[in-house]
Formats: sequence, structure tokens, C-alpha cells
Amino acid sequence: MKFASSPLLSQLLPAWRSRLVAVVLLGAFATLGGRSLYLQVVRNDFLQQKGESRYSRVIELSATRGRIADRQGDVLAVSTPVKSLWAIPEDARLTPTQARELAALLEMDVRELNRKLAAEHEFVFIKRQIPPDTAAKVAALNLPGIHQQNEYRRYYPAGEVAAHMLGFTGVDDNGQEGIELAFDGQLAGKPGSRRVIKDRLGRIVEDVESIKAPQEGRDIVLALDSKIQYLAYTHLRQAMAENKAKAGGVVVLDAKTGEVLALSNLPAYNPNNRVKLTGAQLRNRALTDVFEPGSTMKPFTIALALEKGRFRFDSTIQTAPGRLTIGNATIHDAHMHGLLTVAQVIQKSSNVGAAKIAATLAPEEMWQMFDALGFGHPLKLGFPGEAGGRLRPFKTWRPIEQATMSYGHGISVSLMQLARAYLAFARDGDLVPLSLAKVDTPPLAGKSVFSAQTAREVRAMLEMAVQPGGTAPKAQIPGYRVAGKTGTAHKLEGGGYTDRYVSSFVGFAPASDPRLIVAVMIDEPSGGKYYGGEVAAPVFAQVMSGSLRTLGVAPDAPLKPLQVAQDGTRPASIPVVRESM
Amino acid sequence: MLRLNLILIAIVLASALGAVASQHKARKLFTELEREQDRMRQLEVEWGQLQLEQSTWAAHARIEKVARDRLHMKAPAAGQVIAVERQAKS
Repeated sequence: MKFASSPLLSQLLPAWRSRLVAVVLLGAFATLGGRSLYLQVVRNDFLQQKGESRYSRVIELSATRGRIADRQGDVLAVSTPVKSLWAIPEDARLTPTQARELAALLEMDVRELNRKLAAEHEFVFIKRQIPPDTAAKVAALNLPGIHQQNEYRRYYPAGEVAAHMLGFTGVDDNGQEGIELAFDGQLAGKPGSRRVIKDRLGRIVEDVESIKAPQEGRDIVLALDSKIQYLAYTHLRQAMAENKAKAGGVVVLDAKTGEVLALSNLPAYNPNNRVKLTGAQLRNRALTDVFEPGSTMKPFTIALALEKGRFRFDSTIQTAPGRLTIGNATIHDAHMHGLLTVAQVIQKSSNVGAAKIAATLAPEEMWQMFDALGFGHPLKLGFPGEAGGRLRPFKTWRPIEQATMSYGHGISVSLMQLARAYLAFARDGDLVPLSLAKVDTPPLAGKSVFSAQTAREVRAMLEMAVQPGGTAPKAQIPGYRVAGKTGTAHKLEGGGYTDRYVSSFVGFAPASDPRLIVAVMIDEPSGGKYYGGEVAAPVFAQVMSGSLRTLGVAPDAPLKPLQVAQDGTRPASIPVVRESM
Repeated sequence: MLRLNLILIAIVLASALGAVASQHKARKLFTELEREQDRMRQLEVEWGQLQLEQSTWAAHARIEKVARDRLHMKAPAAGQVIAVERQAKS
């Protein structure tokens, strides 16, 4: 039987049944369509987000802080990853055994641990900066509510030797002192983040987007020479111990480039362990402390007088009877010298001579020179608390003040400023800016303060000061011609001068073509000696000779006479000259 | 008509499988890349630690001590040093 002839076909069903089916089916389709519209359009964002959260993760990308290296490339500061342990006290319900185990691993007191976990905060650090292997052991304990996070800890292999130069970082790896602060912008890295897709096993399978690219901290190459720094530190420490001094500082500059090759202060501290840190240890004296420099200022007064043509290097000045009264104050010399040439005023360090020379100069001229040399305003190296020193406006100077300033009293400077000012003599009268970072192309000429002729003449005078008959024969170095000036100043306290001293020496070598400037300052030597020529000059000689050898600077002096002097057979007829104060 | 359809279906299938395979391969390579980058970071850290160690061993205080005490070295006296001038390049 064919389908078309089936008798069932002739049997008509009620029309509503087919319509009902059609309506129900349409209804079902409409529901489906509506539902899909709802999911795809209305709730799309929410669902997309939910779905992504199942497999997509945002990863924090940490950035390492840059390394600090010295000019030879030896690292002076490195950050290495460590872990910090933190807890949500509410979740951290430890059994007594667990707490004991944890405390033992962390080498801390159980009571302290329990006290931290009992705190009513939502977040407590249990211990920061623990070594990665200890952290792994803690993680293996699988304690509830205890979490770890990555952090960096900075290590300073040079330790105390370069402490003040480098400074240190805080627990959050940001610079707090020294170079770490001065160059924080370059050293600090910026952490970034990115979105990735992870599979069931937690492996990253796809990079979706980089939300913020991490920026690694840049490495810094300092001008510092760690060998010279070590020499400066050890010899300063030795001198401090010998002279029972309260504090001291050494600065070594490269006269050709203005680079700071070494900076050492004592007392110092170990930057790797800063538990018991006192303010005295932290002080970066060479930059933040000012002192009255004393006779180390005399060469500037004399250079100005030569520059202005008031005197020639062989003009004579009567310093007898070793006293000079200006107004109601009297200036003294330690010894009576009589008739001195300008060169001898420096060699013998006569206060009266310097004051008489200064009397021919206008206050404005002197002020302009001091200002040009950088006294009275900070060097702006970027170190925290850099001192500018004190240089009063010339209009307020009284004649006696101008006289005392000529030999370094009534004016205060930092050791770094003093060292930099001597660049004018070590170079041909010009000053270049100082640099903490390594300088690749040395500046040709800086700001001129004196003429080349004046600088040469003062160099010759400063050379006389370290020869027999000068104030600092102990500053001599076998094989090299040295030039420099001693300073011994009474300390100013509460408006009056005390019987405590600041001994200093600033000099450069080789005198024929100066390469290095070394400035030494010893605060309150109390070992019986306090003259700059006896306390500071030997430190200068040791640091200078070691540094010149390290740098391979060719000797410029014949050896013979100096070797004789070294053997102690110096002719007895040459008296020991002490500078005036 | 039918044959063309079959061929097209085969091509579509092949390309679909290819897409899946290449995606899988890309992910595998990516995990490998990640692993290598991780290793790079670890080596970087290790390098830093080794530099630290080197600096500690090469500390000037230590070198001086070894040179003086163990090797009995001393700085040459001034008369024992001969300065050699560098010859000018012709």
C-alpha cells in the first residue's frame, strides 16, 4: 500500500493540534534565542571575565635594582633575591609544635613569634629578608596562614671600607644614603606586570598582553677606585688610632677629570649589618661637616694677590715681630720669621704674612674668589645633607675678619670643597665639576679662577712647603715631587676657640704634572701631636704614594736625596717649622 | 557536486586539525621559552651572588694579608722601581 493512498490521511485531525506544536516549538526557539542573547550580549563581559579568571593570570614582574661597580668593574653593591615571611594572624592557627618548629627555622624566639601572630592586624611580617633556602624549608612545613613574598636584599662586599661613599638602601630596596640615594632614580627598577594563560599544571602557555613592562635598574659605574679607597680607609684608620682622634676624612680626586676616586670617613659602619648605628657613624663628614680650614686657605689669598699684581712671588714682607694688631685683636705667628718672601709665607705658613697680603686686597675681590672656588654653596653632588660652608657677604666683613679669613679662620668649608678648590692649583687655574660617576671624556677646561701663570707659581710655593724647611716634610713621597699645604685650626665651639684642633693637609702630586689631589682632615687629634704637618701629612703621603703606584704614574723626581732623607740622615741644621695658628 | 563537497570537507577538517596542532605546538614552545627565561633570571641571580663572592675573596684587606703573611711580599722601595716610558706609536 502506498503512502498516498493510506486511509489515515483522509482522517483529518483537529487543526489546533498542529498549531499548538508549532507554537510550542517556536516558543522553545525563542527561549533559546533569548537565552543566548542574554548570555552573549547582556552578560557577556561578566562571563568573559569569569572564564578568563579560570585560566588567565596577571603575573607581577619584579625588577632588580642596578649594581654599583667601581671604575675597574668590581661590584660594590649587588641585590640578590630573598624572601619575606608574612601572615594573616586570623588564619595562622599554629599548634605549639608547629610554632616551635617555625621559630627554630627562623632563629627567633617562640614567644615573639606568638606575640606577632596574636596581633590584631590583618597582615603582619613575621620576618623579612630571609635566605631562599630557609624560606624553602618554611614552605615545606606547609603552615596555614603563613605566606611568602619575594624581596631583594642588597649586599656590600666592600663593607665598611666604602660605606659612606655607597650609602645603603632601606628594607624596601630604595636608596637612603650616599650613592644609593644620589643615583636612586637610575638604580631603582620599576616592577611591571603581564597577563598570561596558564594550563592545568600551572605552566604558562600563552602571553596575552604586557600590562606594564618591567624596567630593570641600571648598573652604575663609579669613578671610585676601590684600591685607592682601601688605601684611604686603612691609612686614615691607622692615623686615627695613632692620634686618638675623634673623627677624620680623606678625599682623593683625579685632577685631570674631576672624578672622586675615594672618599673615606671615620668612624664608619658596616652597611651589611646596620643594627647598632649611631649618628656619628652615619655622618658623611667629608661632605656634610664644615670646619674652619686654617692655613690650607693661605695659598688662595696669595694666589689672588699674585693674580691682581699686588705682589710677585719674590716680593718681601716683614713679618717681625710675629704679631700684627688690627683694631683690638692681635694675630700671632707660632715662630718669628722676620723678612719673608711671598713664597716663604706659604712655606713657613705665616699668619702675619698672609694677613698683610690680604690687607692689600679689597673684600669684594676676596669674596669673589672664594665664591668662584665654590665656598659658601653646596657642591650639589646629590648626596644628602651636603654642606655649603659659611662665607659671609663681603659687605659685613670687618678688617680683622678679612685678615683672619686670609689664613682660613672665620670661614668654614667641607673637606670635599677644599679638595675641589685645590683643583685650581693642580690644573692651570681652572675648576672642573666633580663627578661621582666614571668620566669617559675628561673635560678640557673648566671655569677659570686664576691664570695659568699664577697656578704655576703657587704650585712651586706649595712644593716648598713639603721640602725641608717647610711645614710638612712628612708629606714627601720617594720618587715624586709633591706639593701641598698643612692646616691646623683651633676648633670653634659656642662662639669661642677651644684648645681642640682640626689638622688637615691638602696636596697634589706629581707636582710637575699633577694627577691626584688628596685632602686629609683629622678631627681632634689627642695623641700629643696636633700639627697638620705631623698628623695629617703622613696620611697624605701614604695614600698618595700608594695611589700613584696603583695608577702607574711615572715618578718625576730623582731618588737620591729623598732616600737620604728617608734614612733619617737629614741635616740637623734644618729646624722643624710649625705653622701658625 | 558531492565529490567537491567531500574534498572541501576534508580540507576544512585538515586545516582545523592543523590549527589545533600548531596551537598546541606554540604553547609547548612557549612554556619552553618561559622555562629558559626563568633559567636566565636564575643565572642572573647566581651571577650576582658569584660576583659578591668574588668581591669578598678579592677584598683588598684579604689580598694584602695573604700577600704579606703567606707570600711574604712587600711593596718595592722607591729605588727598586724602574719606570718604562711607553714608546710613541710610529
